[in-house]
Amino acid sequence: MIITTSKPFEEVLKELEGQDKVFIVGCGSCATTCETGGEPQVAEMKAKLEAEGKTVTGTVVYEEVCHELNTKRKFRENKEAVEAADGFLVMCCGAGCQSVREATEKEVHPACDTVFLGNILRQGQFVEKCSLCGDCVLEDFGAICPVTRCHKGILNGPCGGTDEGKCETDKEKDCGWTLIYNQLEKLGKLDRFKRIYGLKNWQASMKPGRVIFERKGEGGE
Amino acid sequence: MTLLFDKHAKPSIQEVMESGKFLITGEIGPPKGTDIDEMIHHIDLLKDKVHAMNITDNQSSVMRYPSLGTALIILERGGEPNLQVTCRDRNRLAIEADLLFAYTRGVRSVLCLTGDSVPVGDHKEAKGVFDCESVQLLQIIRNMEEGRDSGGNELQGGVKFYKGAIVTPEADPIEPQMLKFEKKIEAGAQWFQTQAVYDMDNFKRFMERARKINDKVKICAGLVLLTSMGAIRYMNANVPGVFVPDNLVKEMADAPKGEALNTGIRIMARQIRQCIDEKLCDGVHIMAIGKEDVVPKILEEAGVDITKM
Ligand code: SF4
Ligand code: SF4
Repeated sequence: MIITTSKPFEEVLKELEGQDKVFIVGCGSCATTCETGGEPQVAEMKAKLEAEGKTVTGTVVYEEVCHELNTKRKFRENKEAVEAADGFLVMCCGAGCQSVREATEKEVHPACDTVFLGNILRQGQFVEKCSLCGDCVLEDFGAICPVTRCHKGILNGPCGGTDEGKCETDKEKDCGWTLIYNQLEKLGKLDRFKRIYGLKNWQASMKPGRVIFERKGEGGE
Repeated sequence: MTLLFDKHAKPSIQEVMESGKFLITGEIGPPKGTDIDEMIHHIDLLKDKVHAMNITDNQSSVMRYPSLGTALIILERGGEPNLQVTCRDRNRLAIEADLLFAYTRGVRSVLCLTGDSVPVGDHKEAKGVFDCESVQLLQIIRNMEEGRDSGGNELQGGVKFYKGAIVTPEADPIEPQMLKFEKKIEAGAQWFQTQAVYDMDNFKRFMERARKINDKVKICAGLVLLTSMGAIRYMNANVPGVFVPDNLVKEMADAPKGEALNTGIRIMARQIRQCIDEKLCDGVHIMAIGKEDVVPKILEEAGVDITKM
């Protein structure tokens, strides 16, 4: 799940300066769960923009705005409202926003900040447990990610700042390395903790990432 | 190979340690800016009173005059530097390049640290690097000593350093900290300075644990000067891994008005004496944090004179 937070409305208004006719895109997947770009938030945004004197030419909320072909199809389905707009306000993650950018030549504006790939604890509560490093080392650390759950992302044990099992950066956050230690001890696998980890390959998923799977039956064989 | 620096005024930390002497080190915190007069004054004041001086590397993630530059100043003034290198602000390329330079300019000992997190400092929006951390930094140096950088490429001329590391005796929990201590030794650490210790009983327990893991590696107790009750309250609340015990808090609180600093000096002198007399460790590292002026007084009260050791 991609976690997003809403930008302040004033910031959104500033982005839309000079754009009187706006089309709003919401996302039925992550942004709906985060309550930043689902049906209710899109309706609320529409009302607020109209109160500010904007014309909302149309709104659409669909699954996976990040799916570029899907987005183009949705834009075709809403051709009239899309063509009437000066620009687009996208209420989901940065990937969705750029997916919309591929579907139009007009200005595209983000309504959200994209913060992390998150796990859902319960409604409205999200935490980051993986930061997509491209070279997964979970196997060695009792399935607790040191790259993400330790603030410094270090691989050979805790820094000196651990206090009562909390991180030096924030007493509300668990020290990832205390969690890893406890887990490996429980599993009887402290030998993994004792092993020295050499330098990590931070270029395993070189930016910008790109994965193309070969399709079965095509090419090759 | 031509080294641009080959006349050291003082013996190296390694030489002091290997001669079996009790090592006394001080610390220089570079200023925030180019006004280095006071720092030079501190260097001159300490250079003959301690065996070597640590130079902090953007301590507490606060941007300052660089540790490497300060190390060179210490050498110029006839002192011995212990270069602190953290992994917070530089990636492996930058660290390796700095180490090459340090070596050619006469730096002989490096203290390897991971570094505090960025948000605790004064450039809160900066990107924390942490491309490597303390254990890997020790390995990087060992590779460079064998003539290779961390990319596996051959160096035209390697380095040689007395490799130091730190350990936090007051960390909670302590077990993972001790495992990391062991890893640092395996990665090449030859000596340790501890983070601040105040509670000597706790320090003794730590030393017993450490000696069980390795009885050869050199360990120096890190001592921080207590200057006032305000400072104690601040440290207990804010500095990770630091805990000033009640008896010392009471001793400081009972000090007559205007006597807090002198009481702090007395406490540290007593701790140094205890470390030496009870042979608790191989040396002490004195962190006077801005009050470097009083270090000679602390040593005098402790009856320590490095020229007579
Ligand atoms: S090691 Fe990398 S891929 Fe695996 S959980 Fe951590 S960040 Fe994600
Ligand atoms: S306190 Fe723990 S989680 Fe925080 S930076 Fe240090 S090792 Fe990582």
